[in-house]
This record gives sequence, C-alpha cells and structure tokens, in this order.
Amino acid sequence: MTDRRIRVLIAKPGLDGHDRGAKVIARALRDAGMEVVYTGIRQTPEMIAEAALQEDVDVVGMSILSGAHMALFPRVMELLRQNDMDDVLVVTGGIIPDEDVPALNEMGIRGIFGPGTPTDEIVDFIRENVA
Amino acid sequence: MSEQLVEEVLAGRRRAVARTISLVEDDGEEARSVLAALHPHTGRAHIIGVTGPPGSGKSTLVNALALHFRAAAEDAPTVAIIAVDPTSPFSGGAILGDRIRMRDLAGDPGIFIRSMASRGNLGGLAWATADAVKVLDAAGYDLIIVETVGAGQAEVDIARTAHTTVVVEVPGLGDDIQAIKAGILEIADVFAVNKADLEGADHTVMALRMMLDLNSGGAQTAMHHGRLIKVVTDTGGDDQKPSWRPPIHMTVATRREGIAELAEAIRAHRAQLEHTGELARRERERAAAELETIIQHESLRQVLDRTDQARLASLIDRIVQRELDPYAASQQLLQP
Repeated sequence: MTDRRIRVLIAKPGLDGHDRGAKVIARALRDAGMEVVYTGIRQTPEMIAEAALQEDVDVVGMSILSGAHMALFPRVMELLRQNDMDDVLVVTGGIIPDEDVPALNEMGIRGIFGPGTPTDEIVDFIRENVA
Repeated sequence: MSEQLVEEVLAGRRRAVARTISLVEDDGEEARSVLAALHPHTGRAHIIGVTGPPGSGKSTLVNALALHFRAAAEDAPTVAIIAVDPTSPFSGGAILGDRIRMRDLAGDPGIFIRSMASRGNLGGLAWATADAVKVLDAAGYDLIIVETVGAGQAEVDIARTAHTTVVVEVPGLGDDIQAIKAGILEIADVFAVNKADLEGADHTVMALRMMLDLNSGGAQTAMHHGRLIKVVTDTGGDDQKPSWRPPIHMTVATRREGIAELAEAIRAHRAQLEHTGELARRERERAAAELETIIQHESLRQVLDRTDQARLASLIDRIVQRELDPYAASQQLLQP
C-alpha cells in the first residue's frame, strides 16, 4: 500500500515579477492531485536546482516571461545533472519564441507550453511523462 | 539498494536524504527497512516545533531563526526544516508555499528544507513527519525545525514530535477567553508574539501572561474590578514537577527583531530539559505515542487488507439503515 503522489516544483527564474501564470498552473496541478512546491519569483538557477534536490520532485516547471530563458535554462539543466537528477521531467511556460523550441528540446526540456494552453493538456503531459 | 541508501543518509548526502523522505512519505516496504536501519542513529538532534494560526508568520519566523542559528560565530549548528502545508481534501493535491518565505536560506549547505503535504492527517502534521524527522536526525542535522500547518486550537501533535514547541501568536486574534481555552496554548514551551509592531501586541502579551499566571501554582494576583486581589490556587507541594514558565517574546520576523531573544529561549528550554531529566521523560512519551500511532495505523491496515470489499460495503449499508451500530460492526471486523 504505497501512497505515491507526483511532486512538482514550480519556479519563476529571472527578474520578471509576473507570477499569475505560475500560480494558475500550481493551482491546476494541485487540483489534479499533485503536490506542488511553489517557490515564488526571482529564483536563480542555483535556487531552483537546490529546491528540486531537497524536495525530491518528479517535475520542475519554470515560468518565464522576461526573455532570459536561453541564458538561464542551460544553467538549470547543468545543475540538475550535477545533482544526479537527469531523470527529472523539466517543463516550461510563459513567453518562449518558437525559434527557441528546438534548442530547448535539445537541452532536455520536453514540455513547452505557451499562453492559452489548456491546463488539462499540461496535467496530461506530466502524468504521461513521469516515470 | 536500501543498504546503500542508509549509508548515504548516515553520511549526510542530501540527495539520499531527500529520496528517503519521499520513501517514508509514500510508505512502502523499503521505507520500513530503511527506517529500521536508521533508528539506532537517531536521538541526537534538538527538535523544535513551530505552530500557530495561518498567516501568523511561522515560515518567516523559521527563516529568521535558521539564519540566526547559522550566523553563530563558531560551531554553527546545521539546520533542517520540515514545513507542513495542508492537502486538499478533494483532490489530494497540495500547494506547498513555505519556501517562498525562506529564500534567504538558499545556497547554505548547512541548511536542508523540505516541504510536506499533510495528506489527510488532522493533527497539524503529516503522518510521515515524525519519520522524516528521524531521517534528518540520522543524517546529522543538529537542529530540526518542524513548522506545522496553520493551526487553530486542536492541532497539538507537534508537542509529541518536538522537544521544544514554539507557539506563534499575533495581535488582534480573539479576546482573553481564547487564551484560557484548552489546546494549542497549553503545549507552548515558548511563546512568540509575532508582528509585534501591530497595534494590540501588548494586549496579546498580557492575555498570555494572565493565562500562564492561572496555570502555575501558588498565590497569584489578578485584577478584579480594578482592584488587585490575591487568588490562591493549588499549592500542593508538587516540587518534582519541572518548573518552566514559558517565556513570551515579541518578534517582528520580517525585520528580524526579537529573534536573538527567541533563539536564546529555545536554547534555554533545551538546557532545562536536559538539566531536569525532563528530556528523557519526553523521549519516552514520544516513543509511547509513536508506538500507539503505528499500532492504530497497522491494525487498520490489517483489518482492511483481510476484509473483503463486499463484506465491508454490506456492513456500512447496515449501519446506514440502522440495522447495526458502528461499534458492533467494528467488533465483527476486528475479530479475525
């Protein structure tokens, strides 16, 4: 009788303070029965990787609207790898230009959800991709 | 695999500590064997509980306390924090937001923060909190701070888990009569009146002081219709009872005011526990309570495992139709 729940870290890297989207996602994942660790705005890659490690999450979700994703995400991925957490599912949302998508996929970021994505789609994606 | 995990936890590896806490939360077979192996290595940490109503500033206070402990000039203790937030009774999910207030602690390898959902447990903690404390204790953390869900009056499990319980109050909640009700106020070893820059802080301190005066034996004075009168309460020579009067400290956690004094009171309480032998008594009480909880949990599991679903459903139907009372039904299930 194990009581396994999907644990998700929702973080906002970078300097923009627009956390509405992150909160909507956090709430939707909670309503889908997941445990969502919400860390708030202005998280550095180091803070995100450290929280992911301590919280032993299955998923890291990053919301970013500042345009700094190509600068910050590679560092997050590198730190996760250093922490032996390559198996964590990394997803992102916010303002991500289409031309950046292949590079992000290449880095190992598998789910990229822009504005207007139904939250159910994100829930389903997470459920299907968490080992 | 378990053996390697145990070794890594004992060596204080953070990834192993985090994974082991997940294991005990998910409550599988492996968790049992890992906990069994860790048990002999526990009992060293000072476990500090922080409880109080939602929005009283518990997380901010924990943040400030941890910063204070870590700033010690020499031999700064390592600090682990378990922050419990409620699980939704409808979806089973949870939003764990205590880390938001603890961002100052990021980047310090001497600090480990874990958020935990209550998963339906009602006493202010999760079922797995006590076991997670053991994992952190075995991993060598000197201080383990456990922050409960926002607690009102009855969530007193923390007193059975912690050595020192800090009850956080804020100005403006309820009148003097709230202070003499049973429950959360009675479990305090130390009081923090947080947000003490708000109006009414003095009044909150006074109400708590008055409650404590009523608790302790001996002749007391009280204001009665504006006149100071003597109130004689039980003085029956109870000298064996360790005398610790919970100190009350005003804090403004966001500005880190009053934190040094609060931390000192926590340290003093621990010293007093050791000095009076109360620590051993509490440890024993804790072990007894833990055993009792495990028996409850295990016997429920055993009964449900061996009872067939159709039989259970039919018993419930009969209770609803008033053909059978729930005590009689439980007797039928308990007898194998």
